[in-house]
Formats: sequence, C-alpha cells, structure tokens
Amino acid sequence: MTLPIFVPGDDPGPDFVGLLDRLGVGAFESSAPFDAAQITHGTTVLAIRYSDGVLMAGDRRATSGHLISHRSIQKVFPADNYSGVAIAGAAGPAMEMVRLFQLQLEHYEKVEGSALTLDGKANQLSQMLRNHLPAAMQGLMVVPLFAGFDPRTGLGRLFQFDVTGGRYEERDYAAIGSGGLHASTVVKLRHHDGIGADEAIDVAIEALFQAADEDIATGGPDTVRGIYPVVALITVDGFEQLADDDVATRTGTLLDHLRGAS
Amino acid sequence: MYVSPEQMMKDKADYARKGIARGRAAVGCTYADGVLLCAENPSNTLRKVSEIYDRIGFVGVGRYNEFDQLRISGVRHADFKGYSFSREDVNARSLANQYAQALGHNFTHEMKPLEVEMLVAEMSEEDGGDQLFHLLYDGTVMDTTSFVVIGGEADAIRERIEGTWSREADLGSALGSSVDALAGPDRQLAGDDLEVAVLARQNGRRAFRRIEGDDLDGLLA
Repeated sequence: MTLPIFVPGDDPGPDFVGLLDRLGVGAFESSAPFDAAQITHGTTVLAIRYSDGVLMAGDRRATSGHLISHRSIQKVFPADNYSGVAIAGAAGPAMEMVRLFQLQLEHYEKVEGSALTLDGKANQLSQMLRNHLPAAMQGLMVVPLFAGFDPRTGLGRLFQFDVTGGRYEERDYAAIGSGGLHASTVVKLRHHDGIGADEAIDVAIEALFQAADEDIATGGPDTVRGIYPVVALITVDGFEQLADDDVATRTGTLLDHLRGAS
Repeated sequence: MYVSPEQMMKDKADYARKGIARGRAAVGCTYADGVLLCAENPSNTLRKVSEIYDRIGFVGVGRYNEFDQLRISGVRHADFKGYSFSREDVNARSLANQYAQALGHNFTHEMKPLEVEMLVAEMSEEDGGDQLFHLLYDGTVMDTTSFVVIGGEADAIRERIEGTWSREADLGSALGSSVDALAGPDRQLAGDDLEVAVLARQNGRRAFRRIEGDDLDGLLA
C-alpha cells in the first residue's frame, strides 16, 4: 500500500469514492441478477424534527424472505458529529453505503480542513444512491434517511431519498421501510409544532411499536432478550444515541398504557 | 560538465536545508494526556498542523504546497487503509515509512528536492506509548517519544525545550514550554501567532482537536 500521490489533472481532491476508483477498488459494483428473497433486508426507520434538533430511530429486525435473519441489527448510524443516517433495504449494500458515506464526510473534512454543509452531505448521499442504481435495479434496493442539525439555521433538518438518488427534504417527519407507512401514521397523528425531545422519543417508540404490530418484517420490543429500538438525538451538542435502559423504561410505560387502554 | 555524485547530493541537501530554514519552526511533544502539536504560524487558513486519522496528527514546515500535498496523500493513505482493513490497522509508523520512501525517492531522482520537514505523531491509548516520527527532506526518519522540533532555528529551540519538557506535564505547562522554546528569550508569541492542536486520550475516537481563540489565550495566560 504505497502513498497515493496524483498528478494535478488526475487528483481526486476530497472525493473518497473518486480515490477508490483511481486505486482500482470500485465502490459500486453491480452483480448478476439473483433471488432477492435470499438477501438480508432491514426494515423500518424514521426521523422526527423537534424543538432542539432531529430524532432518528429504527427497529432492530433484519429479514431474509420470511425468516428473521438478525434480531439486533443496527440501522441508525452517526454520519458525522452533526448528522445521522438510517437505512432500509438490502442490508449488505446499505451497511457498505453507510460506511462509505461516513468515510466520505470525514475524508472531505480532513482534506479540505472544513466540514461539508448539511445540504452538501445530503447531496453526497444522493450521488452514492445514483451510483448504486444498477445494483438496485437487480434487486439490491437501498433507501436511506438522512437527518442532521444545521448550524446555519439552528434547526434540525431531514431528507428522504429514492433509489434513483432523488432527494426530498421533509419538514417535520419521515418514515421508510416495510413498516414505514404505519409508523408515519402514528407520527402524523401525534406530531405538532414545538414538540420537545421527551415527547418526540415517546412518539418514535410508539410509532415503531405500532409498525411492528402490523408488519411482520418490523421487530417489536423484545423484553425477553432485552432488545429495544435504537433512538438517537442530533442537536447542537452532536449525535447522541439513547441508552438501552432509557428506551426500555419508556417502552415499559408505553406497554402499561396500552394494557390499560385495551 | 561532470559533477560528482557527492557534490550533487550535497548541493541538493544545501538547497533543501536553506528552503526549510527560511520558514518558522514547529514543535511536537508528548504530555500527560497525549501529544501536543504547536507551530508558529501567523496564517489562520494555511495550516501547518492537521489531522490525518483517529490517533494520528501531522505537522509540516517548509514549502507549503509540497508538505500540503504530502499531508493530503497521508490522509488518503490512512483512510484507504482503514477502509480496506480496520481502523485499528492504521498506524503512524507505516505512514512515516511511506513518507520516507516518497521523500527519499524524490531526493535521489528529481532535480529539485522537496523543501519540507515533517512530524507524524501517534497518540497511544496507554500512557507513555505515544510516538513521534521526524522526517527530513531526504527521507531520513527518526523516532522518539519525547519531543521533535522542525523548521528554522531548530537547534536553538531544541536546546531550550530540552530543559523544560516533561512527560508528566499537563496541557498548560506543555504548551508553555513549547511556546517559550519557539519564541526564545527576546520574543513573546501570542495566540494569533500560533497554531496549536492536541491528540488527547479523553477526546474519543477522533483524538485530534484544535485549540484556538479564547481556549488558547486562556492556556497561554
């Protein structure tokens, strides 16, 4: 592994994917068609804007066809200090895309000496999805959510994407994956302007619970093994994932409430 | 006209040394929490001190465009290595060797040697394991665990810091002894004249932090 030095005309600049191409390691290879049911899929993730920033959450289940392939997979990741990315779709390429995305943001920051803007980061993710399109057309769909704290406006912002790299900024919330429809209905009914962190966390946990109730590919809270959704808050203080104990307590409260209501 | 190899190498070395001696100096030293990197640099945007990877920092002096290109290739080398293997497999020793290869190759094969002197520092998770690699224009590489001075008037600065440096020093006193050594007896350096960063064990995965503005003034006061 020698020192990568390029002549000025061929220099990839702060682009890590461009660097990989020049080093002969294509980041986005397409493959032959195959049976999509054999591939591990991750499911429901959501993002909610609230008063201090933005929340991201995801269930923990991964499926292959009708089988549960993992019970405690992570689908919500920090992208850098002030943003996060959550994934739905084929788990292998999605994880790889997250890793590449995280590296790209850090690589840019180190080479250029300053971080990308939030829009710049979202645009990078769009480009990665566009590069991934040939594989998506063969069944390896990856759909991410991107959210972050924008220091220029002092607000949380969130973006949805489609497989072609289309980027759609949402105002208040978004949910994707097989249980996304059910989750977003719950969030839609309970979201309001000025919603605080505490309430947003409870809404996210209930949304994922209700999605798991309706959708077999979404995992509900697993009190036997102690597996609960991943919930992360992104604010002016950065990306912070909630402790499992906290989510477990809140899930307990939700379950008590539902028992009382039935 | 015949020029003997000895004379050619000597001329190149003199040329490189002259170029490096014109620039202001920088100091890297270990302290209680990790590594302190401190350069005399009046510019706020053209950096001498930079982050390479999680626990690896870089300082370059001499010709800016030359050491900056080496810095960027170091970031690329580290990020690519971490992507191919794992983040723990990236270390300063291998990077310093790559730099030494590139500098040595350039010195022997190109007309103009690179007018740069560099420091590659790695913070260790354990106390006392920090390493500093000192690289010269001709590919010479030296390693130490105490301090390194690069740039103009390095010998005088080295003598000054030798008397005050201590591995157990806290950040304030490590910075004090570095800045006093850089300034010498007749000058005073303020926050605006300095570029300071640390690789500190309490900083989490990316250990590199710049110390700027009020934080820096507070430590210098």
